[in-house]
Amino acid sequence: MSREAILQVRDLVKRFSGFPALDGLSLAVGEGEVLGLVGPNGSGKTTAINVISGLIRPDGGSVQVGGRSASGLAAHQLARLGVNRTYQVPRPFVGLTVRQNVEVAAHYGGRGHAEADVDEVLAFVGLEGEADRPAGSLNSAQQKMLDLARALAARPRLLLVDELGAGLGPADLETVRARLAALAQRGVALVVVEHLMNFLASLTDRVVVMNAGRAIFEGDLTAAARDPQVVQVFLGG
Amino acid sequence: MSDIPPATPEAAPSPAAARRAGGAPAAVRHGLTILLPAVAVFAVAPRIYPNGALLFAMMTFLVLAQGINVIFGFTGYLPFGYVGFFGTGAYAASLALLRLHLAWPLAMLAGAVAAALLALLLMPLLRLSGAYFAIASLAAAEAMYQLVSNPALVPITNGPYGLSLQAVYDGPVSYGAMVGVLALTLAILIYLRTSRFGLALQAIRDDPASAATAGVDVVRSRALAWLLSALMAGLAGGVYAWHVSVFYPDTVFDLSFTVFAIVFVLFGGPATILGPLFGTLALYGLYDAIGISTPQYFQFIYGLLIVVLVLFLPEGLVSLLRRRGIRVP
Ligand SMILES: Nc1ncnc2c1ncn2[C@@H]1O[C@H](COP(=O)(O)OP(=O)(O)O)[C@@H](O)[C@H]1O
Ligand SMILES: [Mg+2]
Repeated sequence: MSREAILQVRDLVKRFSGFPALDGLSLAVGEGEVLGLVGPNGSGKTTAINVISGLIRPDGGSVQVGGRSASGLAAHQLARLGVNRTYQVPRPFVGLTVRQNVEVAAHYGGRGHAEADVDEVLAFVGLEGEADRPAGSLNSAQQKMLDLARALAARPRLLLVDELGAGLGPADLETVRARLAALAQRGVALVVVEHLMNFLASLTDRVVVMNAGRAIFEGDLTAAARDPQVVQVFLGG
Repeated sequence: MSDIPPATPEAAPSPAAARRAGGAPAAVRHGLTILLPAVAVFAVAPRIYPNGALLFAMMTFLVLAQGINVIFGFTGYLPFGYVGFFGTGAYAASLALLRLHLAWPLAMLAGAVAAALLALLLMPLLRLSGAYFAIASLAAAEAMYQLVSNPALVPITNGPYGLSLQAVYDGPVSYGAMVGVLALTLAILIYLRTSRFGLALQAIRDDPASAATAGVDVVRSRALAWLLSALMAGLAGGVYAWHVSVFYPDTVFDLSFTVFAIVFVLFGGPATILGPLFGTLALYGLYDAIGISTPQYFQFIYGLLIVVLVLFLPEGLVSLLRRRGIRVP
C-alpha cells in the first residue's frame, strides 16, 4: 500500500463462549482510503467493527491507529482519536432530540479542535428539518442517518460504516452513496460493510472479503468476483 | 495526527451553539423561576402555615426524589437501596454531632461525605444492569442497616436503640439547613437539565455503547452521577436526623423512603426539574391528607396510581404537556 496506514489490524481473535467470531483477521486501511468489507452473514464483519471501535475487547491480536497502538483503548478514547462508526441496527439516544443526539458527539467526541457545527452536520445527512424531534420518533432510514450524523459530529479520520444501505429504497440508497462519496472526497477514510456490490463498486476499488472470522481475499472488486474461494463462499454456503 | 481535514468543515460558532442544551441563559432563567420561588416558599411557609413537620418532610422527599432523578431519571440506574445513603448520612452526621462535637455545618458535611464514601465503595455495582443493580443496591442498604443496628456496635451507634440528638436540637436552624439542601439540590438539577453533562448522562441512559462512541466517558460520567445522588441523600439524611432528633435504624433505613421517592419521580416525569417537584408535592400531599389517618385507602389509591402510571404514562405527568409541544424544564 502506497499510503500510510490509518488503520492496521493484525491477527484479531474474538471468541464468544468458545466460538471464534474473529479468527486471525488482518487488514489495513490507508489514510483517506475507502475499503469495502464484505462477507456472508456471520462472517465477523460487525464483530470486527466492534473491536476496532473499542466496544469489545479482542482475545488476541492488535489494532493500530495512525501508527500507534490502539489496543485496549475504550470506545470514547478511540472516538477522540478520530475513529467512529455507525451501527448495523441504529442506536439513537431515543429520549433526546435529534439535535441533542448530535450535540453530545460534537462536544464529547471532538478531537480538541473546534466542535463540529451541529446544524451543518444535520444538513449534511438531511435531518435539518427534524432537529427538534425526539430521536425515538424517527423512521429507521432517518435513524440510520442520525447514526451517521452522530459519528460525523465527532469529526472522524476513520469511519466504519456497518450496512448503512441495507433496507433502503433505491433513491435513499443513492443519497447515502453520494454522502459517503462526499466524505471520502474530504479525506475521511472509510470502511464500508455492504452486501450490495454496485453500491461498493462506485465507492471503492479495494475490498477485503471475510469468511469465518478471517480475510480470505484482498484486492479489487472485479478480481474478487473471479476468485474461486470468494465465489465458493458466497454461492456454496 | 492533526493535519487531517475534518469530516465537517470548521465553522464559526452558530446561533445554534447558544441553543444547545439550554446553556447558561436557561440555567439563570430556571434559577429565577424554579429554584428561587421554591426556596422562598419553604423559607417563609412556617410563618404562615403551622404544620412545620409536613413542610420539612416534603423538603426531605423533594431532595430524595431529585437524587433518584439524577441517577435514575437522567442516568438510567434504579437503586432500590437508595435509602442506604440517607441512613448513612443520618448516622454519620449524628455521630459527628454527638461523639465528635462538630459544629452543625461540619457534621452535615460529614453525613454527605459518609454517603459519598459508601457510594464509592459500591461503585462496582454500576457494572450490573437493570434488576441486578436495583437488587444489589438494596442488599447494600440492608447491610448498612445491619451494621449500624448491630448490638456489638452499641458503644458507637447505640445499635438498635437509636440515637437522641435532643442535646443539640435546633428546630429553626435544622429547618433552614434543609431549605439550603433543597436549594443545592435544585441547583444541581438545573445544571444537569441545561448542561451537556446532563445530555451525556441521558445518552448513557438511552444507550451506553452509543454514548461511548459519541466520546462520552461512560464509566466516569455515571460514577459522578452516582456520587452526586449519594451526596444529596447523605445531606438530606443528616439534616433529617438532626431535625427529628430521635430516631432508630428502622426510621432512617426505612425502604419506603426509596419507594416514595421513585414513585414521585415516575409520577411527575423523570429527567426534568419540575416533574419530581410536582410529583412530590402532589403525592406527598395526598399521603399526608389521607395516608396517615387511613392508610388502607391510601395504599389502594397509591397502588392503583402506580399501575395506571406504568401502563399509560411511563414518562410521567410532564409527558402530557410534552405531547402538546410544551417544553417542561
Ligand atoms: N455478542 C455476541 N455473542 C455471541 N455471539 C456473537 C455475538 N456477536 C456476534 N456473535 C456471533 O459471531 C459471529 C459473527 O457475527 P457478526 O460479526 O455479527 O457477523 P456479520 O456482521 O459478518 O454478519 C456470528 O456467528 C454471531 O452469531
Ligand atoms: Mg453484521
